[in-house]
Amino acid sequence: MSQTAGMNYKQCFTDAVVAALMALVVFGPIMGVVLDGYKFDIDFQRVAVIVCVVFVGRFIMSYYFQTEKGKAMIFKYASNHDGVTVNPPHFKSKMIWVIPVVMVIGFLIPFIASKYILTVMILGLIYVLLGLGLNIVVGLAGLLDLGFVGFYAIGAYALALGYENLGLGFWSMLPIAAIAAAFAGAILGFPVLRMHGDYLAIVTLGFGEIIRLVLTNWVSLTHGPNGISAPLPTFFGLEFKRRSASGETFHEFFNLPYDSGYKYMFIYLVLFAVVWAVLFIKHRLVKMPIGRAWEALREDEIACRSLGLNHVLVKLSAFMLGASTAGLAGVFFATYQGFVSPSSFTFFESALILAIVVLGGMGSTLGVVIAAFCLTVLPEMLREVAEFRVLLFGILMVVMMIWKPRGLVRVTRNGFAAREGAVK
Amino acid sequence: MDIVLQQLVNGLTLGSVYGLIAIGYTMVYGIIGMINFAHGDVYMVSAYLTAISIALLTFFGVQSFPFIIFGALIFTIVITGAYGWVIERVAYRPLRNSSRLSVLISAIGMSLILQNYVQLSQGPNQQGVPTLLSGAFRFHIGDGFVQITYMKLLILLIAFTGMAVLTYIIQKTKLGRMCRATQQDRKMASILGIDTDKVISSVFVIGSAMAALAGVLVTLDYGAFDFYIGFIMGIKAFTAAVLGGIGSLPGAMLGGIILGLSESLFAGLVSSDYKDVFSFSLLVLILIIRPSGLLGKPAVEKV
Repeated sequence: MSQTAGMNYKQCFTDAVVAALMALVVFGPIMGVVLDGYKFDIDFQRVAVIVCVVFVGRFIMSYYFQTEKGKAMIFKYASNHDGVTVNPPHFKSKMIWVIPVVMVIGFLIPFIASKYILTVMILGLIYVLLGLGLNIVVGLAGLLDLGFVGFYAIGAYALALGYENLGLGFWSMLPIAAIAAAFAGAILGFPVLRMHGDYLAIVTLGFGEIIRLVLTNWVSLTHGPNGISAPLPTFFGLEFKRRSASGETFHEFFNLPYDSGYKYMFIYLVLFAVVWAVLFIKHRLVKMPIGRAWEALREDEIACRSLGLNHVLVKLSAFMLGASTAGLAGVFFATYQGFVSPSSFTFFESALILAIVVLGGMGSTLGVVIAAFCLTVLPEMLREVAEFRVLLFGILMVVMMIWKPRGLVRVTRNGFAAREGAVK
Repeated sequence: MDIVLQQLVNGLTLGSVYGLIAIGYTMVYGIIGMINFAHGDVYMVSAYLTAISIALLTFFGVQSFPFIIFGALIFTIVITGAYGWVIERVAYRPLRNSSRLSVLISAIGMSLILQNYVQLSQGPNQQGVPTLLSGAFRFHIGDGFVQITYMKLLILLIAFTGMAVLTYIIQKTKLGRMCRATQQDRKMASILGIDTDKVISSVFVIGSAMAALAGVLVTLDYGAFDFYIGFIMGIKAFTAAVLGGIGSLPGAMLGGIILGLSESLFAGLVSSDYKDVFSFSLLVLILIIRPSGLLGKPAVEKV
């Protein structure tokens, strides 16, 4: 841009006209001509709207980038600005009181909230688990896994199949499903040890699709697309049904009137406890040598291996821990729905979990928790825009990558300092 | 015997379609080293554009088949090319200097945008086009027969013409020379006066145009499509590109044909339920055993 002072309105206008013409060519046929059998209906209005929006948007953008602020913004994005924020050593956050408050509020929710809100919260917590699992693989170890939903499916089907074929209930299948998913993670992990980046993403995507296709086509075991039912958890052997063939049910034992909300309350509380356990474990893991190794591997694999880190162990542990978390989430999903079918485990779910990790900030636990609730609870609340959900996810992913590639919540960590009393 | 031959014929046409789409993956990967995850959805958009162009042409009274297919090809290729340009401009160019993970996530976002945008504009139901060209050659072999429909012949003809034209463009024209130079060394090419941003844009346009060619042909042959077809087709075309060696143009075509043939034979002889599983397993196996593919150069990682 040659002008040092004053705005180049002509430039803005040309940019806007070109963008609007392009929008007309691109959006015109698909949005303007709606297929109806072999015939079609014309819809000029929405094409006109979108072309106007593009015109105005592009004009404002061109104008903004000519101002001082805009130029500074371009400069900021041209330079690389990622990494973590390092706090001074021995830094203690003043926000630590938030954790017990959230714990208490979260614990009280099932006793005050309606059944609908409770089910939405359960879904949100399931996605928190999934996000935490994928965060280990993508955010910490830097291995882009697009087939994460496969482990989720394994967990869910483990519960349903274990109940149907082996007669095992929720409590015995919870650890077994996590272990099964971890094994699946190891099976996937071994062949992809040598890969990184894009190839890894595609192989994991293929793996996830293979699991879904096998679940769909192996009708004799999984009942194919019809799905199978999954059992509810039991409260020390008491079932949450209206009537039970095997002994007393929960409401009979406690002399309460029957309410289908009890089972959701119980699932919520168990899930809430599991999420906190996973959060705690993850929080500790990141500070342990294995967590440091994951992050080192993410930053530079060759340097890591030169320094003697066993990359096989590091990658496999990331895959297995991530997968087992997804397996846990799958068990809760199956018991919450009471039913599993392959249609719940499409690539879209993988993309949604990825969006959670990306939006929250790769590697940031707090960010993932917030993002999981935003992306699952908000669409439930805003039913009117539900059909735009996927579109918004897509736009969010593109915009986030351009605007803040490391997510909304930056990873922070304390700096290192010599121990007190150590020789300097 | 006749089943094998029939599946070979089907596999060859399917494979040439995979090859056309794989070209888009392989060219983009060769030039900027990213997987254009939205490419399968560009193909899906082109299927819709085909149906729209056929509906428009019939509405304006064009009845003869050659005019319809010619009009549909031009319309679809031009507009799908515009899609390729816009996608690159919006989702990939701002990320030129970012990490590869960011670009890939942006591409996945673009893929979701395209799918949902088409679903919202055109409705979630399956759409279709009328059969325009019917009839077939039949060859009797023993008790059975092998059938080659005219449409399949047309697919082979147009697909191979498209590949030949592309090979000519890449090997003989100025644009092709610039593409190859940019592929070899982007920084050096830009020092030597090549506008690499323009070259990258044109590669996206060419790739999308090839996907559009495939989209027109498959839509005319198969008739039905929905907003979700791009996903499976995209992965399979990517498999073809990897099989042939990603970054290599002849590799993409060869990989497409090998994948099409083996998939058809698997579907005909073993199980058609598991043919997608077969393709995905093939993809995983190739990436594990020989990531550089049949005709690709092994990648050397520099420290």
